[in-house]
Amino acid sequence: MDFEDSKEEAAFRAEARAWLEANVPAKDEWAHLGEVEAAKLWQKRKYDAGWACIRWPKEYGGRGGDAIQQVIWGQEESKFTTPPSVFAIGQGMAAPTLMAYATEEQKARFLPKLASGEEIWCQLFSEPAGGSDLAALRTKSEKDGDDWVINGQKIWTSGAHYSDFGILVTRSDPTVAKHKGLTYFFLDMKSPGVEIKPIKQISGGANFNEVYFTDVRIPDGQRLGAVGQGWQVALTTLMNERASIGAGGMPVNVKNTMALAQRVQLNGRPAIEDGNVRAKLAQWHVQEAGLKYTSYRTMTAMSRGQTPGPENSIGKLVGAPKAQDMAAFCMDLMEESGAIWDPALSEEAGIFQLCYMSSPGLRIAGGTDEIMANIIAERVLGLPQDMRADKGIPFNEVPTGSS
Amino acid sequence: MNFEFSEDAELLREQARGFLQQNCPPSAVRAVLDGEQSYDAALTAKIAEMGWNAAVIPEEHGGLGLSYYELCVIAEELGRAAAPVPFSSSVYVATEALLAAGSDAQKAEWLPKLAAGEAIGTFAFAEAAGQRSDLGTRLANGKLSGVKLPVPDVDAADFAVVLTGGDGGSLALVDLKGSGVQAEPVRMVDFTRGHSRVTFDGADAEALGASGQGNATVDRLLDRAAVLFAWEQVGGADAALEQAREYAMGRYAFGRPIASYQAIKHKLANMYVKNTLARSNCYYGAWALDTNAPDLPLAAATARVAGIEAYHFASKENIQTHGGMGFTWEFDCQFHYRRSRLLAANIGSLNLWQDKLVSALEQSSAA
Repeated sequence: MDFEDSKEEAAFRAEARAWLEANVPAKDEWAHLGEVEAAKLWQKRKYDAGWACIRWPKEYGGRGGDAIQQVIWGQEESKFTTPPSVFAIGQGMAAPTLMAYATEEQKARFLPKLASGEEIWCQLFSEPAGGSDLAALRTKSEKDGDDWVINGQKIWTSGAHYSDFGILVTRSDPTVAKHKGLTYFFLDMKSPGVEIKPIKQISGGANFNEVYFTDVRIPDGQRLGAVGQGWQVALTTLMNERASIGAGGMPVNVKNTMALAQRVQLNGRPAIEDGNVRAKLAQWHVQEAGLKYTSYRTMTAMSRGQTPGPENSIGKLVGAPKAQDMAAFCMDLMEESGAIWDPALSEEAGIFQLCYMSSPGLRIAGGTDEIMANIIAERVLGLPQDMRADKGIPFNEVPTGSS
Repeated sequence: MNFEFSEDAELLREQARGFLQQNCPPSAVRAVLDGEQSYDAALTAKIAEMGWNAAVIPEEHGGLGLSYYELCVIAEELGRAAAPVPFSSSVYVATEALLAAGSDAQKAEWLPKLAAGEAIGTFAFAEAAGQRSDLGTRLANGKLSGVKLPVPDVDAADFAVVLTGGDGGSLALVDLKGSGVQAEPVRMVDFTRGHSRVTFDGADAEALGASGQGNATVDRLLDRAAVLFAWEQVGGADAALEQAREYAMGRYAFGRPIASYQAIKHKLANMYVKNTLARSNCYYGAWALDTNAPDLPLAAATARVAGIEAYHFASKENIQTHGGMGFTWEFDCQFHYRRSRLLAANIGSLNLWQDKLVSALEQSSAA
C-alpha cells in the first residue's frame, strides 16, 4: 500500500496545479460580484482552458478525462479559494441525463453551455407529497397538439431563481401504477406560467425554492425518454446525485472541536482533560478517519477503472449526523455562551452554531438518513424491499394523507 | 493511490478462508466450547504447517519474511472463523516481543521454533482489574515471583513474556514447563479461548530487554498487536453481520421475511457502516504497522477503538436479529458475542484506547 499517485496521475496533478496557480482569480477580482456572476467568471475561465467537466467528452466541452482525474482535479481545486460553484446540479445531474436521452442536436446545443457555465440548470423532482417517495409526485402533464401542458408544484428546487433550464418529472397518466405513469422533460425556466418562490430555512438561508406551474407549455421535442418511462430516466439522474453528494468537508470536525476543548474549561480544568470529552473525540475521529480511508479505497478502485457503487452512501449517512452531534457538543463545551449566535461574540465567528442550524438539512438533502440506510440494506446487503401498500394500484386510487 | 492489499495477499486470503472453512467449521469451535480442551490442538498444528506462525519472522530466523499485510489477512480470517487457537498470543505478542527486545541468543533460541510451530509463546501482562502500574511480579537473580491473571493460552504455550513491576517495568522470559510455575484454569466469558491464573514462585526466568524498559516496550508491542487484533475483530464483525443477514432473509414473521422490515434493515445497515469504518481504519493500521510509521500509535488506537465498537455492535445485534433462538446454546451467535468481549478486554479496554487515541491526536497537533 502507498498513498502515491501513479506516474500518469502525478503528471496530471502537476499540470492541474500549475494551471490553477496561474489562473485562479484573486479574491478582489470577484469579491464584489454576485454569487452567480462570480461563479460564471471562474467556470468560463476553466472552460476556455479545457479544465471544465473533466470526465465529459471533448465534443461536449469537457476534457475527455477519467474518474480519477476528476477526483484529482477536485482535490487540487479545493486547495484554492475560488468562487463557489452554482453548476453542480446542471453538470452533475442534468448533463448525464441529457447525454443518455437527448438528441444529438440537443446535446450539441446544451452541453457546451452547461460546461462553460453560460447556462445554469436546476432539478424539478421533489414535491410536497413526493420526497423520499419521489415517484408519488403529482405534477400533471397533458398532451395538447405538439406540446405538453404542465400544472402542479415542485419544492426544494436549489437555484431555481437563477436557473435558465430545468429537468422535470411529471405524471402523464394517473390511471396506471405509480412508477409507470411518469414522463420526463426539460424546460426553459423563463416559460410563461412558471412562478418561483424562495423557501426560508431554519438556518436563515434560502437556497431552495417552491416552483409553481400553471398551464406551462413544453414542446414534445423536450421530452427525455418515452412517454411513461420517466422513472427510468429519473434513476439515471439520481444515480449521479448519489455520486456527486459525498461526505464533503464538514465545517465542524475533530480538529476544531479538539482545539475548542483545549481552549475552554470544564470543572476548572481544560475540557480536553475530561474523560467524556476524550471518549467522544475518539469516537468521532474513528468516523472521520474511517470515512477518509474508505474514500482512499474508493479512489484506488477508481484508479483501477472501477465505478463507485451504492456503498458510497456511507459518506453522507455518517458525515451529516456526525456534524450535527459535534456542533451540539461544541456548543455544550461553551456552557451558557454556547447558545449565542453572534459572529462577533461566538467562538470561530459562530461556525458551530451555523453548523448546528444547517445540519438538519444535510441529513435530509439528497436522500434522508433513512433512505441512505435503505440503499445500503437493499443494494449493498441485498435485503428485500419493504412491502409497498401502493404496489400495482393505479396512482389515482392510492390512499393519500391530508397534504 | 494504492490503498489495497496486493494480489499475493488476496490470494493468501482466499487460501486461508478455504483452509479455515475446512478445518475450523462452527463444529470445531463448538467442540472447544462444550469440551474439556482449552484450545483446538489439531487445528493449531495444521496452522503451523501452513506456515502462518512464520509469516513475519525474518528468513534468517527460519521465518518466511512476509509483510505484515499478509499477517493482517490471516488475522481477519481467524477472526471470521472465531478460531479457538493460541495463534494471537504467540504470533501477535510473544513473537513480536522477541523481535523487539530479544537478545541475539534469545532470538536464535526461540524464533526458529516459533516459526516451525515447535514452540508456542504467550504473554502475561495483567494482574488485577484496573491495575496497569505498580505490578507485584518481580524478577530477581533469575527467579520470577508473583501472580498473573488472566493469562491466555497457558495450556498451549511453552514460554511466556511476563511484565514485572518496579521503576519503568521490565520484561521477563519464563519457561512455563519449568518448576515454580503453577497454572489454574480460569473460567472466562469466552469458553473457546483458555486462560489461567499463573503463580510464579521462584521460577527460572531471564530478562527480555533492558531493565526499566518494560512498560515502554509493552506500549509499543500493544500498538502493533492492536492492529492485528483489530483485523480479527473486523473479521468477526463481518461474520456476525453475515449470520444476521442469512437468518433475517430466511426467517418469516407476519407473512414476510424479517429482512424486509426497516427496523431490521437499518440495524444491518448500521452494522455494515460500523464494519466498513473499522475495516478502512484497519487498512491504515496495516500500512502503519508494515511501514512502522511514526503515526502508528494513532493508527493503532483508531483501528482498535473502531474494531471493539464494530464487533461489539455486530455480535450483540446479531443475537437480537435472531430473536430467542440467538440466545440458545444451540445457535452459533454466542461465538462472536463471547469473542468480541474477550477481544475488547484482552490488551486494554475501550476507555484506555480512546484515551490513547486522543493523546496521539494531541501529540500530532502539537508537532
